[in-house]
Amino acid sequence: MTTHAPVLDAHKSHSEKPKHYLNCSSGFWSWASTLDHKRIGLMYLIGTGLAFLAGGLFALLVRLHLWQPDGMLFSNDQYNQIFTLHGAFMVFLFVIPAIPGSLGNIVLPLMLGAKDVALPRLNLLSFYLWLSGAVLAALAIVMGGFDTGWTFYAPYSLYTNKAVVTIGLAIFMLGFSSIFTGLNFIVTTHKLRAPGLTWFRMPLFVWALYATSLLQVLATPVLGITILLVAFERLYNIGIFDPRLGGDPVLFEHFFWFYSHPAVYIMVLPAFGIISELVTVHSRKPLFGYKLIAFSSLAIAIISFLVWGHHMFTSGQSTYAMFAFSFLTFFVAIPTAIKEFSWVATIWKGSIALNSPMLYTLAFLIIFAIGGLTGVILGSLNVDLHLHDTYFVVAHFHYVMMGSIALAFFAGLHHWWPKMFGVMYNETLAKIACLVIFVGFNATFIPQFIMGSQGMPRRYATYVPEFQPYHSASTIGAMILGSGVALMVFYLVASLLTGKKAMQNQWGGVTLDWMSPTPPPLENFAHTPKVTTEVYDYSTLDLKSTQTPIG
Amino acid sequence: MSHDGHHSVVIPAPGPEFVPHTVAHHFDTPVQEFQAAKLGFWLFLATEILLFGGLFAAYFYYHDLYPETFKVGGQQLDWKLGAINTSVLLLSSWTMAMGVRSAQTSQKQKTMMFCALTVVGAAIFMVIKFFEYKAKTEHGLFVFPHMFDGYQVDTTTMTGSLPWFTDVHNVMVDSTGAPLPHGHLFFAIYVTMTAIHGLHVIIGAGLILWVMKGVAKGRFHAGYYLPVDLVGLYWHLVDLIWIFLFPLLYLVP
Repeated sequence: MTTHAPVLDAHKSHSEKPKHYLNCSSGFWSWASTLDHKRIGLMYLIGTGLAFLAGGLFALLVRLHLWQPDGMLFSNDQYNQIFTLHGAFMVFLFVIPAIPGSLGNIVLPLMLGAKDVALPRLNLLSFYLWLSGAVLAALAIVMGGFDTGWTFYAPYSLYTNKAVVTIGLAIFMLGFSSIFTGLNFIVTTHKLRAPGLTWFRMPLFVWALYATSLLQVLATPVLGITILLVAFERLYNIGIFDPRLGGDPVLFEHFFWFYSHPAVYIMVLPAFGIISELVTVHSRKPLFGYKLIAFSSLAIAIISFLVWGHHMFTSGQSTYAMFAFSFLTFFVAIPTAIKEFSWVATIWKGSIALNSPMLYTLAFLIIFAIGGLTGVILGSLNVDLHLHDTYFVVAHFHYVMMGSIALAFFAGLHHWWPKMFGVMYNETLAKIACLVIFVGFNATFIPQFIMGSQGMPRRYATYVPEFQPYHSASTIGAMILGSGVALMVFYLVASLLTGKKAMQNQWGGVTLDWMSPTPPPLENFAHTPKVTTEVYDYSTLDLKSTQTPIG
Repeated sequence: MSHDGHHSVVIPAPGPEFVPHTVAHHFDTPVQEFQAAKLGFWLFLATEILLFGGLFAAYFYYHDLYPETFKVGGQQLDWKLGAINTSVLLLSSWTMAMGVRSAQTSQKQKTMMFCALTVVGAAIFMVIKFFEYKAKTEHGLFVFPHMFDGYQVDTTTMTGSLPWFTDVHNVMVDSTGAPLPHGHLFFAIYVTMTAIHGLHVIIGAGLILWVMKGVAKGRFHAGYYLPVDLVGLYWHLVDLIWIFLFPLLYLVP
């Protein structure tokens, strides 16, 4: 794709041991005040990773509690808090910021051939807003917790005596962290592309992040004002959502889902981007339907603004509005299906390398097909009336959020791990962990589909004994899933200490992220690269030549 | 930064009273830096409009739900003070635009003067706003000292009252003298929208003061005036939002 050999030579001539972004400076302050996108990305990785582990711990507690019909661990009030913590931590501290904040930050400027994101100081501010939000969220737990569910539905969120204002402020900060990341990525994509890197030569991860960023910038402010209004309502009874004061709680739902449905795509589009990269690199085949995948990201971004009402089929909307929302919900499945089919067509007759990033990708493709199709089922008006607020919905969005997005995040993490750290993890353990996670995940949520379709309501601390077999199976599945994740954390951390050196271009990628030295130096490229070939053109790169160990 | 053989681009100062500008190390050209910041700032302004968009949506929804309340509520606002404030903000937008223009043409004294005039405009606006709020407190339409007293429920009569809404002159009533539904709602929305707007006025004035500090040091000139330009855009947005708030709150009734 580019003349990458001179990049390496120019670097080597400077010093004996190559300096890269990890060892170019050290000490706490060099990290706390860094403007380097890769270091900020790493800080996001650690932060969101810890949030994921905390959220996962809450999930395991929820599942343990539900082992018995009358609940095993908590009072009803405590149970409300634990599942709220699980939801809020996972959504606001992990799923939304994780991929753009960590992998996006690290990979996007590399893929564009840029030295950094366009606005590095804003990037650092994003991270500190995330950190402040995380600290406030933790503080809210100490200050009385919160028990509203992650959706903060009025009027309950107005009346409960928990720390709603504190967590609201945390979410406001996390929202602006997300907005600034999106803003930064849009500007970076427009203004910092290397010469020759036209829009249709951009890797699809960049396209996906671009579509995500549009949503972050255009949807998140509405969540910001909504959550502020809830805080105002609690502080000085403004009356907007409080039915006692003439307010309409359904207006809250409209405001909330106007953000939170696009937010689903803020979460899933970056995951799509990762999968697009990984299927082509690990099948060594140009992407099938490159432009269609790129445009489908934009189509999803646009349509996603018009489907929020499908969360409110039982909240009291006009019948005609419900028709429209239902139709548009089916409609958004089309660009999504285009992606899924294109990925499968890319793998078809490719030269498939069944390494761990590819295994996670395949797991994604299977799980996402189920997660996506059950979404279409829920988008049907009459079916949703039956399934609304049951475990079927819980299982559906976990197939998307955990099974698809988190797995895509793991896939991307395994894919760029050698690029980020210059070391390889234990591939055998990685394959085992992927298998355990896949089995555990399905064991957790298939029973939830079944009991949901039979009427098990979500958010209940207790249940009728008929559902116990499903709940027990789900709890066992969650334990398997948890141990798979624990194994993954173990070998990833271990690789930093004892891992063998990675290759310069571990998987034989042809996008610019693999053309900079591994791990990249502070400004990524010694010279701004020039792009002369089309995207994903594997004919220009001899796979063997990429397999030289670094250092 | 100029390590690893990278050479930063420097824009020379047009005169001895100015200082040169060094383009941030990750940009190749000054144009790239300028355009990136400008695009980023426009996107930020879009988020501001969406933030207010939620408030405007709430305004229209409740205007539709309780039209009489909003009609009578709007009549309690002093449209003359509102009109003066509108004129002040419009004028300050002009002085800000002149400030940006002066920076672009390297006229240091003029930039300083126009920025200062804009801050004066902001101050006048906030003083007038203060007196409007004071009147609302006196009339019991939005009693700021009792703002956070909560919603008081009398458990014997099962009725509730808001300490910040006492309506001492009994103005929120219909033609028969019966209280209008949820008369407090108009003033809650009025205060929330104008207070968030007022916060933006204060932030904007602070940003202009920060720009003036840079002007004094000679940082902004024909070669580099980006911060003046961006703060100017911010100020115009503050003005623009008021242009919508004024008729909706003061005039539509």
